[in-house]
Amino acid sequence: MHMADALISPAVGGTLWAASAGLIGYSSRKVKQDMDDRRIPLMGVLGAFIFAAQMINFTIPGTGSSGHLGGGMILAILLGPAAAFLTLASVLTVQALFFADGGLLALGCNIFNLGFFPCFVAYPLIYRPVVRGKVSQRRLVIGATLSAVLGLQLGALGVVFETFFSGISDLPFVTFLLMMQPIHLAIGIVEGLVTAAVVVFVWKAKPETLELSGALKPAGTSSFKRVLAGLLMAAAMAGGFISWFASTHPDGLEWSISRSTGQEELEPPKSGLYSWLADLQEKTAFLPDYGFRGSKKEEAGDAWPAVDPGTSLSGLLGGALTLIALVLIGVLLKRRKKHHVQH
Amino acid sequence: MSNIESTFFDIGTMDTISRQDTFVHRLDPRIKVLTTLVFIVCVVSFGKHDISALVPFLVYPLFLVVLGDLPIAYLLRKLTFAAPFAVLIGIFNPLLDREVLLQIGAVGISGGWVSFMSILLRFTMTVGAALILIATTGYHSVCMALEKMGVPQVFVVQLLFLYRYLFVLVDEASRMVRARSLRSFQGKGLGMGVFGSMAGHLLLRTTGRAQRIHLAMLCRGFEGTIRPFHPLRVRGWEVMFLLGWSVLFVMMRLYNGPRLLGTWIQGFIS
Repeated sequence: MHMADALISPAVGGTLWAASAGLIGYSSRKVKQDMDDRRIPLMGVLGAFIFAAQMINFTIPGTGSSGHLGGGMILAILLGPAAAFLTLASVLTVQALFFADGGLLALGCNIFNLGFFPCFVAYPLIYRPVVRGKVSQRRLVIGATLSAVLGLQLGALGVVFETFFSGISDLPFVTFLLMMQPIHLAIGIVEGLVTAAVVVFVWKAKPETLELSGALKPAGTSSFKRVLAGLLMAAAMAGGFISWFASTHPDGLEWSISRSTGQEELEPPKSGLYSWLADLQEKTAFLPDYGFRGSKKEEAGDAWPAVDPGTSLSGLLGGALTLIALVLIGVLLKRRKKHHVQH
Repeated sequence: MSNIESTFFDIGTMDTISRQDTFVHRLDPRIKVLTTLVFIVCVVSFGKHDISALVPFLVYPLFLVVLGDLPIAYLLRKLTFAAPFAVLIGIFNPLLDREVLLQIGAVGISGGWVSFMSILLRFTMTVGAALILIATTGYHSVCMALEKMGVPQVFVVQLLFLYRYLFVLVDEASRMVRARSLRSFQGKGLGMGVFGSMAGHLLLRTTGRAQRIHLAMLCRGFEGTIRPFHPLRVRGWEVMFLLGWSVLFVMMRLYNGPRLLGTWIQGFIS
């Protein structure tokens, strides 16, 4: 679920870059403040561990397919939010640079989706309150699983929003949402169980490993935080489950697609968000010239005003010629260079 | 998982490629990072149905590939490995947007196919630019450039550490995977339970390693910074490299050269 450069607009990419850069700055300060310099090599090696652990895959019961660890939650559990965020950001940077996962502009989105949600939302709101104070196997399993599910649901939601606001993909918001959330609910559960298995193993073998994150220190959690956590969790589970049913039920899917056009006919809370966002988008000319998706006819009418088959054809012709010219230049340069080397 | 293993060997290949000594490799890393960013932003800022205007942008990756002596077939293979997500999401465009945009003889091409092609082209260029950046600069230099450009030092040290231990741990993991597959018959022992203890073991070994590394580093006077071997220096003509390309990118963004050329040729023919 890495976001790709090809699917985002500069406005979306830039915004999330700024957000992620801010978070990196904040986390760096935080890690430096802690002055626990044991953590610096630990962070580096654990980042490499995530890559290594991703090479070990396992079969997922009942499906016959195999999966591997994502790793966001494990880092948060072992290192605490700030250090885990930095580590995850570094993992994603290496993936973007070497494995072409996503791209450089989308890196901001990816760091935000895969780093911010598990480290700064799921970890403090779910894992820490569950495991706080008294550690037991059951608490570890529950905490790790729930927080992995929440983190991935929010991350998937992030991908949907980013894709939608960029307006490069034609996928309607609701359809894409119904595709992403259930898949990531399933992935989240598997990820959570695997995370729990590893954490429990480490806890049994070497309990002090978990202490580095400071998770075991009893920290005061306000009741408001707990309520917020409960609500978020409920929303994430509901989002995944309900959309699952909607998507396995074809009529439901069609229904929701047809509804994705008429904003006021959606349920009240959603329509509030929708119209607010639509409003916001109208006001900011900064975002692409793209309203919340209207019906298809409407889209053809105003999404791309300059549709003229004639100019398109000349574009095609000119494009092809430019391409040929470029390749020729490349070949010639290469030839010349080889020539040069031989002499 | 031979697939992932081979992509990891690829890191080594990229590293080797980035150690060449060509005009492009000698450029200051900051210049290359900035030029790449300008390039990506310009490419991504096009409308969803633009194809022809994107084509001239290929000049930049092509320029670097040729002058940097990069193996183009290898880079293209890497691109196809990474393509799935963009293709998966993009392929819905032809299904959803069937308005005919372009008529070539009797064949009408829908807006969806046009925007899908545009997505593929963007993907090739943006991801290609990132790969080329690493292949011409090297990971270490990119990190140093980032630090000079204001990225927090803690994060840069983290990036360098991660890369340094990547190879070691990946080797360790692949040995474990091989050992497990030699001992598992008919899919037994490949489940999540065994995975949990395998990854857990790896994790314990990893933290142990981190401790040893830390002690060794302290012995050698580590105080939180990694110093570059070669000091970075930007020369005047390198600034011209950045400015020249940036101006070209902006011009190509503002004027659709291929369309102008096409119109001219059409006018010439008729």
